[in-house]
Amino acid sequence: MPTLHFNEHASPAMAELDDGTKVYRTCSAGIGCHNLGCGLKVFVKDGKLVKVEGDEENPISKGRLCVRCLTAKEYYYHEDRILHPMKRAREDRGKDAWERISWDEALDTIIDRYRETVDAYGIGAVSVWCGTGREASQIHFQMANDVFGTVNAVHPNSGWSCIVPRMAAMLWTMGSSYIEADNSIGFPDRYDDPRWVCPNYMLVWGRDPLRSNPDGLFGHSIVEMMKLGMKLIVADPRVNWLATRAEVHLQLRPGTDGALALGLLNVVIEEDLYDHGFVDAWCYGFEQLAERVKEYPVDKVAAITEVDAEDIRAAARCIAQSPSTLSMGLAVDQNPNTLQIGHALLSLFAITGSMDVPGGCFMGIPPIFAGMAENAPTEEGEGEPEGLALYGNIGVEPLGHDRYPAMSAIVNTTHPDATLDVLETNVPYKIRFAYVFGHNAISCMVPQPKRWLEAMRKIDFVAVADLFMTPTIMGVADIVLPAATFFEKEGYVSNNNASQPGQMGAIIPVLEPRGECRADLEIMLELHRRLYPNSAKPGWASPADFIDSQLGKMRDVDASYEDLCEHVIGQYEIEYKKYEKGLLRADGTPGFNTPTGRIELYSTVLQNLGDDPLPYYIEPKFSAVSRPDLAAEYPLTVTTGGRRFTSFHSENRQIETLREIHPWPTVQIHPDTAADYGISEGSWVYVENHLGKVKMRAHLTPIVKGGVVNCDHGWWLPEADPENLYDVFQVNVNQLIPHEENGPLGFGTHYKSMPCKIYRADES
Amino acid sequence: MTQYGLLIDNEYCTGCHSCEVACKNERSLPHGQWGIKVLELGPWKLQDNKHWEYRYIPVPTSSCDLCEDRVAAGEKPSCVHHCLASAMEYGTLESLAAKMAEKGKMASIFIP
Repeated sequence: MPTLHFNEHASPAMAELDDGTKVYRTCSAGIGCHNLGCGLKVFVKDGKLVKVEGDEENPISKGRLCVRCLTAKEYYYHEDRILHPMKRAREDRGKDAWERISWDEALDTIIDRYRETVDAYGIGAVSVWCGTGREASQIHFQMANDVFGTVNAVHPNSGWSCIVPRMAAMLWTMGSSYIEADNSIGFPDRYDDPRWVCPNYMLVWGRDPLRSNPDGLFGHSIVEMMKLGMKLIVADPRVNWLATRAEVHLQLRPGTDGALALGLLNVVIEEDLYDHGFVDAWCYGFEQLAERVKEYPVDKVAAITEVDAEDIRAAARCIAQSPSTLSMGLAVDQNPNTLQIGHALLSLFAITGSMDVPGGCFMGIPPIFAGMAENAPTEEGEGEPEGLALYGNIGVEPLGHDRYPAMSAIVNTTHPDATLDVLETNVPYKIRFAYVFGHNAISCMVPQPKRWLEAMRKIDFVAVADLFMTPTIMGVADIVLPAATFFEKEGYVSNNNASQPGQMGAIIPVLEPRGECRADLEIMLELHRRLYPNSAKPGWASPADFIDSQLGKMRDVDASYEDLCEHVIGQYEIEYKKYEKGLLRADGTPGFNTPTGRIELYSTVLQNLGDDPLPYYIEPKFSAVSRPDLAAEYPLTVTTGGRRFTSFHSENRQIETLREIHPWPTVQIHPDTAADYGISEGSWVYVENHLGKVKMRAHLTPIVKGGVVNCDHGWWLPEADPENLYDVFQVNVNQLIPHEENGPLGFGTHYKSMPCKIYRADES
Repeated sequence: MTQYGLLIDNEYCTGCHSCEVACKNERSLPHGQWGIKVLELGPWKLQDNKHWEYRYIPVPTSSCDLCEDRVAAGEKPSCVHHCLASAMEYGTLESLAAKMAEKGKMASIFIP
């Protein structure tokens, strides 16, 4: 069973130096990152932050830090941080006309407007929004339900194109809450633990983990495993650093991932490279899959994907050498073909015997996802009804689930694209109230951000909690609340809420809050107190109390927040081959948590949801193949979402040291393509298509394919005019991305495969 | 007198810039100045049309004193401490040269 380890010999959580400087150990959680929990030593003298260094005793980060934590002092003391609650008249949205107010006035206003909305229009008119990855997203869905009583939690990423489609493929076809490359993250001795085996190969698919540290994975653990002998296969339209170190780099045409994955399966099955014993014992539908992949012979796949046929064969032969592992990234989600890509790739590792074995693909256990398994109505007999129960909202589906019923089987938010339609049309009802956690929608995430800006401006009342002023707050908010950094609050870090092995650590308040900033969790508890003064619900009295209740829901985590604070960081270990031991299914029997109890190469769940039970390929809808008419005017392809060390999506843009390293929104162009258009290094260019245009600086590099340009995402210019929304519409590439072009079940969209043209800005 | 330097593993340096910023913090350097700077070699495709020349090369500048104070206190230089790829090592030139020979490829030693 799972086990939580603390290092009993580690240094104390705080040590005092001779000069009176206090050195606190803690874990990070964005400033600019996923909830990875890298170890920090925070040097504090006379209440002032002196410096931040990496904590060598953190078993995962081992003293190392990326530039975002290394500039945390600049972030904490930045003059642009929001330090006090502020308000602005609704007619002044878009104007820099803020007035400082007290916390009491801010919270009273939020509650008054909330109650007025509910009384006059019903609870459906209330929405609660959140961005991606940071700590607040852990509590987003639950707070929408438990504090605001609404099912309309909003995460407006077209087609929910981040993690959820991959999780749907993992859960529905493999029966696991989350599947990640095994990097021995749960064992105290890490790679020295005799139970762990170094993977022969890692297939890195549409992911740049060194920069993105995705969803609990410390990216540079891949480098650690390379040093131990692991080899790489990389599938990516760009030659990223990992690709230059790979045995085979599959430089596919953007968006053709589905065909490539099916081609790899074709080779493994045709060449009889699969694990017959595992397939016979544990898989369902192999014959049907084998039949399906015959439709994707290597030469056909090579023609679709522009990848050399021999490279596809070579890659498949490597991957088949079990144990090998898979690190699949956001490119899988950001494609309407997403479920099929995920299903095909996971099937590839399943039939080659690499699922849930040491050095293979680690299968997570429930709970499903941060916040997702919560949605807890007040239990009967626990006092007055609260949240969903108070409003009779239990079992009510969020907006858009009628259009995309599959959503209900994986996530309890509104359907992102359907949400825009509701805002624009007021059908089935008008959304009138929005509370937003740390979410800069207009700069990042939403496609067609001008449409979203106008739609959000129709909401009668918008309150936003954030650390810095953003184009989104400037554009739409009426109240802004100052949020706290991890230096100033209580919290915890875990790897996917302990459904995967790994870090279990404390975020410890080590500095006084600047100004009047407060943690998102603290704000929620305060709103809960004011809305439900007679509440006797356990776990809501204080942040520590709430964290204790969250920890209590995790399987076999016998620790309180106080324990985490004492030890700062622990590790949570989970066994291999859980399917043999009855550890994956609720009924405790061996097998996988799917309807057939087997890995479903032929998915009965997808079949029941109305999709093809076998993986298939969808040509990107706006490619030159699909739309030769568009290609005539827009002959190039634009991909977006590539990550930089210097930012987390739209965050960190005002940090001078980071802007010194990467100063401007940048488009990567192949030198040959640049020459065709007379574009030179460093010049400003427009990237334009039928939906919009964006201005970026050209960087000429052969790491992109000829004919493909890669644009930075999440840009705005904090130094620009607030009333021009920090020039966000000059630099936000999502203007080139379409609204609601999702896959059949409502997932994925074309963030990485749109047509475009480029031209020098001085010629426009 | 024993000389010290930095051994860089250019096979695994990923160009993350952590050394640059860790050093800036340590030396309190103003904008536009660096105690160590990551240079980029390549990328270009080799003549086999498969492999790439692409490596990062952090080079200490004249502002680098190999973190004399930290080392005196028993710590590693800040760049070495924070390097995400663990691709930097501090030591005597003798010991670093031995390690470089053992590595056998894609490595460099710098004296600031």
